[in-house]
Amino acid sequence: MSKAERKENIISTALKLFAEKGFYVTTIPDIAAKVGMSVGNFYNYFSSKDILAKELILYISEYLGKHIREINEGEGSAKDKISAIVTFYFTMATERPEMIEYFLRIYLSNREVFGESCEGMVCVSPFITEMMIFFDDGVAGGELRDQDFFSAFGLFMGYLGGMVFLFGEKILPEPLSHYEASIAENIYRALKTV
Amino acid sequence: MPSRLYKPTLIWLQGVTCNGNTHSFLNLPYLPQLLERFEVLYHPLLPCTQSLAETAHCKRGCDVLVFEGAFDPEMERAGTTLKQLVGHYAGEAGHVIAAGSCASFGGIFKASAPNRNSGLAFAGEQPDGPLRGRVGKVINLSGCPVHPEWLGYALMSIADGRPVAVDQLGRPTALYRHMAHDGCLRNEYFEWKVDVEQFGRKEGCLFYEHGCRGPLTHASCNRTLWNGVSSKMRVGTPCFGCTEPDFPRRNLFETKTNMSIPEEVPVGVSKRAYLTMTGIAKSFKIKRLEERLIDDD
Ligand code: SF4
Ligand code: SF4
Repeated sequence: MSKAERKENIISTALKLFAEKGFYVTTIPDIAAKVGMSVGNFYNYFSSKDILAKELILYISEYLGKHIREINEGEGSAKDKISAIVTFYFTMATERPEMIEYFLRIYLSNREVFGESCEGMVCVSPFITEMMIFFDDGVAGGELRDQDFFSAFGLFMGYLGGMVFLFGEKILPEPLSHYEASIAENIYRALKTV
Repeated sequence: MPSRLYKPTLIWLQGVTCNGNTHSFLNLPYLPQLLERFEVLYHPLLPCTQSLAETAHCKRGCDVLVFEGAFDPEMERAGTTLKQLVGHYAGEAGHVIAAGSCASFGGIFKASAPNRNSGLAFAGEQPDGPLRGRVGKVINLSGCPVHPEWLGYALMSIADGRPVAVDQLGRPTALYRHMAHDGCLRNEYFEWKVDVEQFGRKEGCLFYEHGCRGPLTHASCNRTLWNGVSSKMRVGTPCFGCTEPDFPRRNLFETKTNMSIPEEVPVGVSKRAYLTMTGIAKSFKIKRLEERLIDDD
């Protein structure tokens, strides 16, 4: 296994452990044991739990950014792109729930862990940048209404986050995919020009 | 400067103009020395050897033609159309200078009469006007008005026999290779995304909310200051992008945004890169840049 693969392995294992046991309870020896390496060797990859925490949010943000960028660069109207983003987000929440869990429960709820190195948008910038590009293109193309970025962003992501949260709490009667079309439609109606 | 045997002859003609470029030229600190280097056959305000009527007869030619204002083929000067005048003098001259944005790209007069008016060799970015087939011959000194030092540079180069290298739009690269943004004292505010609160304030950048075109405008206004002391941004007004072929745009004091994101970003920077940097820079609050430099009012 190459160093990069091993790093990737640590990241996905840590995400799963944090989702199962919680961020504070999970220790570095727990993660090291699960990936099958010594604690000493683990520190060659991440020198502290806080640094690992920050790398995880960067990893997720880059993952989100990369996929939304592909959607942004593809063909289609803003309406089509909203559907594509909703589908991608729900697929990720279904297949890799630990990633969204980490973002919603750990990054957003434990801001103190991320400290100065993740001030403001620094650690989530790949993702936010792509959302900005999406909105900017949509308004420039005349399809979306011009409004404050955070009002639009909050509406879009808050809705998706809320649904994923309900899904994670097993409150939703149907799987996430069941809601994709109606949610995309709701978001589009809220953002489109009149 | 010792007198020289050969002085190029110069004719300054006006098309549709507000006289702004002539007035700007009068502010050139070394104007007397510059004029020593030419034999001025005709200029509307400066001492010269011919009247407008004599010039309009098109009996002789000149070495350097300076043209100010937009070109309107029908317009007459002393009974001769601009079409004939420019055709004659530009044909004879070794050098043609379009002084100001109207002569370069059509400027404000093209904006008000797009079917009649153009620059000498361009209308906006498109080759048009009486010298469109000889784009390479025209030195475009765009600006509204032209900076006197830029005109001084071009004329002195011609007098000295030095070639003037130009960009695709005919603008001398030595003067227009940089952005108006270069040398602006507000660059640090630009980098940290701190916008000015009100016009005239020294603190803050004018890009995000006040329409500044500095990062999108080829001009050396903040390197070669106006009257040696100032520029629009130094006094707290946005750059209007007057040296670019799309001048004048509408809503000069507004930055067009889509969901708070500037529609246009600095020349040569991808929007993605720009937005990434902006998001990160905005995350930091720099106390020094949020405060007044001197709290004196
Ligand atoms: S005021 Fe204009 S030129 Fe100056 S830094 Fe800001 S954007 Fe650049
Ligand atoms: S600062 Fe901008 S508007 Fe002012 S003269 Fe220079 S290019 Fe024109």
